[in-house]
Amino acid sequence: MSFITRGFSGRSRERDDRLPPGQTLVHDFPVLSAGPTPEIDTAEWEFTIRTESGVHRWNWDEFMSLKIDEVDTDIHCVTHWSKLGTRWRGVSLDTLFEDVETQLDYVMAHSYGGYTTNVPLDELLDGKAWVAFEFDGEPLDPEHGGPARLLVPHLYFWKSAKWVRGLEMMDQDEPGFWEQNGYHLHGDPWKEERYW
Amino acid sequence: MQHVDGNAIAGPLAEFFAFDVTTSVARCSGCGAMAELARAMVYTSPAGSVLRCASCDQVLATLVESDDRAWIGFSGVSAIEVRRG
Repeated sequence: MSFITRGFSGRSRERDDRLPPGQTLVHDFPVLSAGPTPEIDTAEWEFTIRTESGVHRWNWDEFMSLKIDEVDTDIHCVTHWSKLGTRWRGVSLDTLFEDVETQLDYVMAHSYGGYTTNVPLDELLDGKAWVAFEFDGEPLDPEHGGPARLLVPHLYFWKSAKWVRGLEMMDQDEPGFWEQNGYHLHGDPWKEERYW
Repeated sequence: MQHVDGNAIAGPLAEFFAFDVTTSVARCSGCGAMAELARAMVYTSPAGSVLRCASCDQVLATLVESDDRAWIGFSGVSAIEVRRG
């Protein structure tokens, strides 16, 4: 007969293997911003992809007529919180890039309010990224990036630009706002790519 | 998101500057406004602090801190006045 029960040695004390190193599970949804929350009316909203050959544009109605994905994913903030099983609706970057031709390999995401963040194009395609407009069954709240934000859940959440308004193709990887100011150019939570 | 004034950044910056930088006048490279950094708008979050010009909202400076390092950026400041003596 063992005196050591599962309560002391079993799974309940083990770390959840969905949590990257250095992360703590939260159940709320902390708000992090680098400035005031922009108020963007969907009637004025526009999303663009700018390439070497021109600009592709979608207004809100055109955007809503695209194929919409349901996304169930974990998210990881560089400030050490992770949230598991978050539910989103949005348009896949694969859908947005269907008719976009470019030889350029890098992307700068631009947001209303001036925020920028950089991501290599191959990290946005093949089911890895969305422009999301719903969280947990509700329209995305402005303080969480509504009406629409980038969702790149395999990278730290500063890459999931709130209030996204467009993607600009670049021929080399240039740092965005936080990446210029101390944060990692890439931001893989499983490698703890937090800072320079 | 709410902001506070630049005095909020005086403590964290005191660790890195030999004087209280928030009493220095800085020139915004966006609109040219000159004001003490204490008058700037500061947005603080666990990711870092962002100082914005009270006149035009442009980012003046950033402070990012990890356990063993800090990054202080003055991307939107063209010059800071430092008083001698």
